[in-house]
Formats: sequence, structure tokens, C-alpha cells
Amino acid sequence: MDKVTQDSTRHRIHETPDEVAALLIRGLHKTFGEVRAVDGIDLEVGPGECFGLLGPNGAGKTTTIEICEGLTTPDAGIVELLGRNWQRDSDELRQLIGIQLQETQFPEKLTVEEVLRLFRSFYRRGMTLNEAIALAQLEEKRRARVGGLSGGQKQRLAMATALVGDPELLFLDEPTTGLDPQARRHVWDLVERLKQAGRTIILTTHYMEEAERLCDRVAIMDHGRVIALGTPKELIATVGGEDIVEFAVSAKTTADPSTAFALKNAANSAQDDNSEDRQGSVNVEALKAIPGVQSHRVDGAVHQLSVSELHTAVPRIFAALEEQGLHLSEFRTHSATLEDVFVRLTGRNLRDE
Amino acid sequence: MNRLELSSLYQLTVTRFKLTLREPEAIFWIFVFPILLALGLGIAFRNRPADVLPVGATTPQLVQALAADKGLRAAEMDEAAGTHALATGNILLLAVRNGNSVVYRYDDTNPDARIARMIADRAIQVAAGRRDAVETQNELLHETGSRYIDFVVPGLLAMNLMGSAMWGLGFSIVDARAKKLLKRMVASPMPRWQYLAGFLFSRLVLLAIEVVVFLGFARVVFGVPFRGPLWQLALACVLTSQVFSALGLLVASRARTMEAVSGLMNLVMLPMWILSGVFFSASRFPAVIQPLVKALPLTAAIDVLRGNMLQGTQLGQMMTPLAILLAWLALPFAVSLKVFRWR
Repeated sequence: MDKVTQDSTRHRIHETPDEVAALLIRGLHKTFGEVRAVDGIDLEVGPGECFGLLGPNGAGKTTTIEICEGLTTPDAGIVELLGRNWQRDSDELRQLIGIQLQETQFPEKLTVEEVLRLFRSFYRRGMTLNEAIALAQLEEKRRARVGGLSGGQKQRLAMATALVGDPELLFLDEPTTGLDPQARRHVWDLVERLKQAGRTIILTTHYMEEAERLCDRVAIMDHGRVIALGTPKELIATVGGEDIVEFAVSAKTTADPSTAFALKNAANSAQDDNSEDRQGSVNVEALKAIPGVQSHRVDGAVHQLSVSELHTAVPRIFAALEEQGLHLSEFRTHSATLEDVFVRLTGRNLRDE
Repeated sequence: MNRLELSSLYQLTVTRFKLTLREPEAIFWIFVFPILLALGLGIAFRNRPADVLPVGATTPQLVQALAADKGLRAAEMDEAAGTHALATGNILLLAVRNGNSVVYRYDDTNPDARIARMIADRAIQVAAGRRDAVETQNELLHETGSRYIDFVVPGLLAMNLMGSAMWGLGFSIVDARAKKLLKRMVASPMPRWQYLAGFLFSRLVLLAIEVVVFLGFARVVFGVPFRGPLWQLALACVLTSQVFSALGLLVASRARTMEAVSGLMNLVMLPMWILSGVFFSASRFPAVIQPLVKALPLTAAIDVLRGNMLQGTQLGQMMTPLAILLAWLALPFAVSLKVFRWR
């Protein structure tokens, strides 16, 4: 027992012992004028974890991550990184973490090599230039000016400046926003290599596939709060089914006695005032009675069912709609994603805002 | 990487230096523009050698008498040709033999023509046998240091130091702030003071080049004098540059956009361009505003530079302008460190 205590005190000077959380947040609050950007957040990220903050624009992800990075002072709450805090250990923390911010534009007339050499000089220890350039796969662009790089290359350069000090904890704020799909996959590969190397990574994103693919655990944020927390698998499981069925109908029969009831029910489940006049005359209860159908909601004219056992449920859905005298104008299915988790929790799409 | 390459202060300085050199516009304004300006002014206000005035005469005897004076160039022409030459400005005066007398035709509103009239009359009278009543001698003065170009070079130097320091700091800082680069820098372990010190150090290197190029040009082409100790001149240049760097820092300490900082820069510099005596002596302004004129950092800088270069005054004898400069260095620097916006 004694030895452990001793070890951890000794290690604090440069390295962080394994049992200390990489990031610990308790009761975090931040208000900008009238806006509660962060409204009571508690999080804990373990060493070696890749943790994602997922949410729409304006959910408070960037404010949260910038408080963690020591760039914004919280109104209330505790933030500990690697067992240290910004009030006491700010110089040491700056050496231990790597940061990639949204929208940093490096001077266009510097070369890749020059930017990295500059950032390397800020750290007491770290990678060699060659290692950093190789990690970001910018070998061919080494002597190219920043102004001549593609968006993806600029983003990888930004990540290289975050990595050049060989950080214990890496923050990536929306690393793929604004990139084309190919550049995005390239950045994902880089993050995956960093994960395999055992780095602790905290990233924000509003792309659910990005969070699903990269993150060990995800906190879904909305309006400054964490509304769901878990592994992507756990979160998707909360939707109730592995698949989502979406359909729209056009009525071809006269008024049905169940219409009034269906209308009321749909409006309740979707909490969407506009849906009442467009959702047709679907008997929701009949659909929900089908084995495998877990839940139903309406988004505009489109009905969404979360479904397990897709292969047996779909024929029954067809049959039920046929029975109600409805004609299908749209029908599609997809595997449940974090997007569906967000939709279920908030009634909105991730990219609505 | 060696130790120097790992020093953040060195890297920040070198980076800033490279960025300035890679900006073609900056190179033009810092190095080329002041030389062009000095060249233009030097040509416009040069002290010309006494002009040889072109005149005409109608007889060979008159031409011979006129040509005997070094101040005149005489040509023989008949009256019609002479009248035409007068009208087109090819000659300033036409001497016409009229029996025993001589008639001078010239425009008496033209000072050169009036001088031609005096010299021509003297030449013709001397040729006819007039003797001076009093013997006279001439002593010619072309002293360097009293010419307009000598006066204007220290002014241009100070103005250039002001411009390059203020634009150099102001634009780069606001640009970095607008591009979120400042925020990225303070998110790294970089000591903040080093970021600003990097500007000052790279400025010093550029300053050395800028001053040597400009003064070297003024020396070689116009023979502008350096009467004071050169090391004191160098010191005055460094001080001037740092004063305006501090002022540039202050102007850029809050601004978020290039438009805002440009406006502020012009607001700060315009009064000095007008009042500080770059092109003519600031003492020509009314006595009421003299205290204001004297308190401006550009006035103080120009006073020190002119004192050193033209009068050879020691820095120790120019304590008032030096004190003004030091105040302009300390105050803006202290204030801007307090209010500087890093993000």
C-alpha cells in the first residue's frame, strides 16, 4: 500500500499514474450572457480511452472542451486533468496536453516543417520533427507552404502540432468538420493509429458516424447537458431495436374511425405540432402491436419505427398498412445509429440547428 | 535539432522574420519606398549649379560680347527668328542692335529673364569698355548639412521607423488573432511574453537592414552628413523603433479585424505625419499647439535624429526628447500588456 502512494507521488512530476483519471469533471457550469452554454456536466475519462462529445452545434461541446483545455474559465465546477488542475498546475498541464482547436489558420507563408519546428520548440520533451511529420503523413508536403495544403492536410498539420509535444492527453475539437469524405477518412485513420498507440483522446464532433467509429465511449450533449453516456453500442441499444424503419403513406380511403385517436397519439409521441395535418391516418397502435416493433415516432410526414427482428417485422408492417387501406409512398430501413439515439432523446435531428 | 532550434524565443523570432521577408508588400514599404521618396525629394529640391541662361542677339559683335560672360549662352538670329525663340522659351532675352543703342526684349515677370537682362547688359557694357568702380570678389558656398535633402533624410528615417514598426506589429498580431492563431499559441506551453518579444527581436534585425540601406543610400547619393557618433545614431534608431513597436502593440491589443486596426493605425499616425516636422520644421506651427507637437513621439524621434546627424549633438544634450521617447515606450507597453486580447 505504502509503495503505491510513494510511487504516485514520485510519478506526478512527469507521468501520471494509471489509477488517476485522465479527465474528471464535476458540476461544470458556464454562462455567456443569457446563454447557459454548459449547464451542469459530470464526466470521467480513463487513461487510454477515446472519449467523444457528440451533439449538434451549440450544444456546449466546444465550451466544455475549452474549459478542459484551460482556455475558458468555468463559472462553477471542478476540472481535473491527469490529477492536476488549471489554477495550480497550469504550466505543467500545458506541457502534458496536446490541443487542436476549431478553425486555427496557421500562417500561409510558413512551411509544414517550419510550423512544426516552431511548435516543437514550446515543449520541453516530445517527438522529433520527422516523427511528427510521419505520424501526420505529411512527408511529401514537408517543405510545402501551409497556403498550398488541402483542407485535410491542414487538419493533419493541426493535429501534428497537437502531437509534437508527445502529450499524455489529446484534445481534438471537431477534427473533421468541413472536410470531404476522403479527407475525413484519412483523419480517422490517424486518430485510430493514435488510439492503438494507447493515447488518451477527447474529441468533439457532430458526426455520429465519427463518434461511432472512433470513440470507446460517447457523451451525447444537448443544451449544455449530457443527455446520454455510454459506449456507442450501449447507446444504440437504448433505441430498443437494431434497425429503424422509415415510411410515409398517402391515404386512399375515407375517414377511419380510429383517425382521431391516431392523430392524438402520434402528436404526443412526436411532440411535433406540425405533424398532425400530415401524418395521414395511420393506426399507430396496430403497428406497435406487431412483434419486434419497439417504438414509433413521426417526423413531418415520415413515420419511424425502431425494430428488432427486421426480417419478420417488415412483412407484417406491410400487411398492417395494407389492412388500413394506406398506400406507401416511401419506405426504407437502416441500422440504428447514434443519430437515432439523439432523435429519440430530443425529438430533433443532430444537424437541425 | 540543436539547442538553438529548441529555443522557443529563437524560433518565434526566426518565424516572425521569415514571415516579414515573405511578404512582398512589406519589403516594398520598408526598403524600397523610403529610398524612392528620398530620391524624388533629392531631385526636386537639389541645389542646382548656377544656370547658364540662353539669350539671342542680332549682330556677331553683340553675340561675342554676350558669350564672353560665363553666365550666358548666346546665339545669333534675326529679329523674326529671335521673336519666335522668345515666344517658345528657347531664349530668355533678345538683344537687338538699333543704330548705336541696344534694345533688350524680355519678359520682366520671369525672374530668369530679369537676371539675363542684368548679365547681358553688364557683358555688353564691359565689352564697350566700362570699368568697375569698386573691385569685388566672390566666395561660393555649397555646404552639406544645410540643404533640404539633409533636413529631410532624418525625418524620412523616423517616419519609416514608425511605419514599419507599427504596421509590422499591428497587422501581424491582428491577423493572428483573426485567424485564431493567437488562441492556438496560448493553448501551447509557449510563454506569452516570448511571443511579443519575438516581434521586437525580429524587428531589431530588420531595423538594422532597413536603416543601413536607407542611410547608406542617402550618404552615397546625396552625401548626407553624419556629424554625431554613429553608435548614438544606432541607439536612437533602436529606441525609435521600439517606441513605435510598443505603440503598434497597443493599437493592436484589442482589435479583432484588419479594418479596425487599419483605422486605428491611421488615426494614431496621421497627426504625426502632419505635425511632427518630417518635411518642414515643426516650429512653423502656431505657438499654441507647440506643446502638443513636441509631446508626439515622432517629433521627439526626429529631433534626436536631426540633432545627431546634422548638428552632431550628443544624446546627453537631448534629454527632453529622449525622456519623451522613453515615456512613449513604457506607457503603451505597460497598458497593452494589461489589456491584450489573446483570443
